[in-house]
Amino acid sequence: MKLAVVVQRYGADINGGAELHARYVAEHLSQHAEVHVLTTCARDYVTWRDDYPPGMEMVNGVPVRRFRVDHPRDPHVFGRWSDRVFNHTHSHLDELRWLDAEGPKSTPLLRHLRSANAAYDYVFFFSYRYYHSYHGTKALPSRAILVPTAERDEAIGLGLSPRIFRGVRAVMYNSPEEKRLIQTVSGNHAVPGVVVGIGSEIPSRPQAERFRQKYGITGRFALYVGRIDQNKGCKELFSFFLNGLPALPKGLQLVLIGKEVLPIPDHPRIRHLGFLGDQDKFDALAAADLLVMPSYYESLSMVALEAWAIGKPVLANGKCEVLRGQCVRSQAGLYYETQAEFTETLRAISESRGLNAAFSENGRRFFHQHYAWPVIEQKYLDVLSQLKEDDARGASVPGMDPEPGWFAKRRKELRPANDVLAELPFGPVLN
Amino acid sequence: MADFNIRTDAVDVEQIMRQIRARIESKRGVDYTEEQIQELASVKLERFLDPKGVRSDLVEQFRRARDRKLDPFQPEQYAFDANLMYGSHRALIRFFRKLLNPILKLFFNPNTLIQVLDKQTKINALYEQQFYLLREKSQQRDEVDVLYYELVHNLVLELTRVGIESRNLKMRLESLSSRMDFDERRARALENVVQYRPGTGPSREPQPVRARPPQEERQHPQPRPAPPPAPEAAEAQPVESEANPSDSATESTTARRRRRRRRGRRGGRGRTPGEGMAADGTPQEVATPDGSPTPPHGDPTADVALGEGADNDFDEGSDDGAGSDRDDSGDEPDPSAQ
Repeated sequence: MKLAVVVQRYGADINGGAELHARYVAEHLSQHAEVHVLTTCARDYVTWRDDYPPGMEMVNGVPVRRFRVDHPRDPHVFGRWSDRVFNHTHSHLDELRWLDAEGPKSTPLLRHLRSANAAYDYVFFFSYRYYHSYHGTKALPSRAILVPTAERDEAIGLGLSPRIFRGVRAVMYNSPEEKRLIQTVSGNHAVPGVVVGIGSEIPSRPQAERFRQKYGITGRFALYVGRIDQNKGCKELFSFFLNGLPALPKGLQLVLIGKEVLPIPDHPRIRHLGFLGDQDKFDALAAADLLVMPSYYESLSMVALEAWAIGKPVLANGKCEVLRGQCVRSQAGLYYETQAEFTETLRAISESRGLNAAFSENGRRFFHQHYAWPVIEQKYLDVLSQLKEDDARGASVPGMDPEPGWFAKRRKELRPANDVLAELPFGPVLN
Repeated sequence: MADFNIRTDAVDVEQIMRQIRARIESKRGVDYTEEQIQELASVKLERFLDPKGVRSDLVEQFRRARDRKLDPFQPEQYAFDANLMYGSHRALIRFFRKLLNPILKLFFNPNTLIQVLDKQTKINALYEQQFYLLREKSQQRDEVDVLYYELVHNLVLELTRVGIESRNLKMRLESLSSRMDFDERRARALENVVQYRPGTGPSREPQPVRARPPQEERQHPQPRPAPPPAPEAAEAQPVESEANPSDSATESTTARRRRRRRRGRRGGRGRTPGEGMAADGTPQEVATPDGSPTPPHGDPTADVALGEGADNDFDEGSDDGAGSDRDDSGDEPDPSAQ
């Protein structure tokens, strides 16, 4: 079986969520099939300018073919179109222009997909919101499998999104919440879909003591791993932690790992270690009492899964439906929405050994049942074999809805994406 | 903090969250959302609730505002008569106007007009006076309204503060009342079970049989009513005394000393230092209703005491992570009681 993975950027040094997801999937599926990665030459997700040379190269044993982008992103143009489609009534053509402005637009990549139509049995498109996913699935409707990596953001409210979700052969969801979001907005219940997520390479023996000695950390601590950014809920985390200090267990510190975007409060109980490698990250997880995930929007938190794999409970932001759902489904973490809840849940996890031990065991079990690589690989292979069976039976492929005509494309009748987003259901999927 | 005693397969995160939320709510009454807190913060409630911020000279200002005289308002008024109509500062024009006045009267009667305008002038003056009065009253009203607003506003805030304080006091009263009930029950229980033997030496004292409470009870102390008076307690003791032969006096004395030391260190949960000792210093045996002397942590009153504090689950032993339960578990069963 020959498979292609199409993603906006790709590389061993790229750690973005969807891109890392794509790389892991490509590397693991390459053990079962011939996998090619088709991507752009871009490395920077803000400008999308060409950084890598075009052509073929091998990345961790997987052949990667890169194509030039048509133009880098102009943030002013992109901002203007974003405002138009997110906040105002607009037309289908406006959305296509927004997609073009967002980038990375690569006509050579699309040309290759059209010409190599029969060269691949199935093509995985990562991230529904980019140019390559919309035009790629339109070009290859009978072979397109979408890994949407959708979050609760404005792009899901665009008129283009349901067309993609309905126009592919199968959808690989990250979480039940994402599946509900997409099915509600697009009504793609007829499209086969499975909640898969992503695995992680967990070291067999992370060394907690090594981490403590290396960074001089003694005592108990709650750990945050990720970009230290207001969008990730870090500002609220600092506020809750500092305000709750009098009620928190004595000596409990907050240790931060990740790039600093938001100023970090200067306090002896808050330690920032900067960006760390995987080994140090797993050692830190092993040494921590718990992992804190303050983010409001996540399609799937890999670091939370890694914490569970190591047997650490997770304290998540309850306003993030995916994290809250993961905590409830795993029975391995608590969630908070207010200051008082943050303090009490943090105390409960860090002070109650019985609860901590129960969460630890449940977390390990949850990870191994749902997110161990053999489980993930099997889910992908099951979907591929099901599609192959359907093809052998000659099942009809509806494909994407036809493009509107010249006038219809210009008719301003699409609602602002924010209005659509506001009507979508919110909350964890518990059943 | 008391440990959650949870089996891994029995963890229910939502149930735990409900418990935590109920605990938060019981601690502070109302569980405000972050939005509500922001809203409250935006109106700077604390500024108004500060007693120093309430103006003490409010009534005086109110009076002053009422008595304050307004600035004069004098619209220009015109007296209207024939001179105003035909007069001029130029003599020649005055002359011609007088000369031609009869001719003018051939066309219409200017006298009537002059009379009407004269009356209108008087009416205007009257209205001016009325307007002046109304304006003055209106200005006074505006100023007084501001003071009324502030007065009412402060009254509402003070009332709110008093309400909160009243609620706190009510809760405190309930707490004190429940504590008093508990103390009374405990005192009654102790009075009924305490045995005082002035002539008994420690070595001849019967060895109490310690009833070790079940493990679950000690880990999850539940509030329960005070034990009823134990009439059998007095009889049970001699039976035990007979049952325990005096040849084990040395061992029982050692065990008793160890117990006494332990009690001395703990002071007992909720006991005063002198409690448990007779007037002559001999130790009193405290027995459970079933007749067995109560071990320090098996004391039913101690269980009630644990159950009384709603916060015990989370507050005890938070410093070192080892709660009072760990201390309890350190209370090794007395070998002599086995």
